[in-house]
Amino acid sequence: MQNAQTNYFQLFGFPEQFQIDTQSLELNFRKIQSASHPDRFVSATADKRLQSMQMATTANEAYSTLKNPATRAKYLLELQGINAIADTNTAMPMDFLMQQMEWREQLEDAKAAKNIPALEQLLTELQVESKSIQADLANLFDAKRDYSSATDTARKLIFIDKVCADIHQAIEQLE
Amino acid sequence: MAYSDKVLDHYENPRNVGTLDKNDPNVGTGMVGAPACGDVMKLMIKVNDSGIIEDAKFKTYGCGSAIASSSLVTEWLKGRTIDEAYAIKNSEIAEELALPPVKIHCSVLAEDAIKAAVADIKAKQAAKVEA
Repeated sequence: MQNAQTNYFQLFGFPEQFQIDTQSLELNFRKIQSASHPDRFVSATADKRLQSMQMATTANEAYSTLKNPATRAKYLLELQGINAIADTNTAMPMDFLMQQMEWREQLEDAKAAKNIPALEQLLTELQVESKSIQADLANLFDAKRDYSSATDTARKLIFIDKVCADIHQAIEQLE
Repeated sequence: MAYSDKVLDHYENPRNVGTLDKNDPNVGTGMVGAPACGDVMKLMIKVNDSGIIEDAKFKTYGCGSAIASSSLVTEWLKGRTIDEAYAIKNSEIAEELALPPVKIHCSVLAEDAIKAAVADIKAKQAAKVEA
């Protein structure tokens, strides 16, 4: 909960929206990183040193939050006072959950068979789905400002992001 | 994090894993998910004409606590009426499995899966009456 007041979008000079320029994100992050690097504050006052350290930590958090589309969507909703992953909200469209089960089964099967090409193929399939959901989110957040539909859609992206992370992990373990 | 013995028992020997015929008018399906951890839970119940649950099966992708929670409720559900099933609270599940606070959401998932399955069977029954 480092510096809860800092708005991650403002930190990088971005408008609060889903679509961001990832190159500028990278560039602005590097700038803040080097400006707040501890080496530059060796002879500074304790206060300044602490400040620069906090800035570096916040920038790290902000960068990783905005870089990943799933966490970026979740953060945008947080700014609207919406918790996309509330424990009490377990309802999801049935067909989406069925699809999740199928992906999970394919992941388990491919993992058990140590089949890296199958894992990579599944990953590609999920990335296609992820891209299409991201396009929906860009429309819902930036054009329509429909945060209720954006919440439902962001939940899907968070799910897919998790399966992708698990596939990456499975591939790493097999390699 | 250490799992309780009961969680480990259900996790290692899950009861009633599988599916029932979803097209059977006496079978209700509940499907729920938790994006935070990527858990997906499917619970199916088969209800006889007196409204008593004769069989329950589950399929869950998730952590040990999510699997244990669903496994436990399939045991609890058999022999109960659908109204009794609907009344099961996540706190009972969490207590039985001694779930730590960070895993309480797994029991919420199981409670919601029961409620979704009961809602599904009630909808099916209502459709049958109308027909």
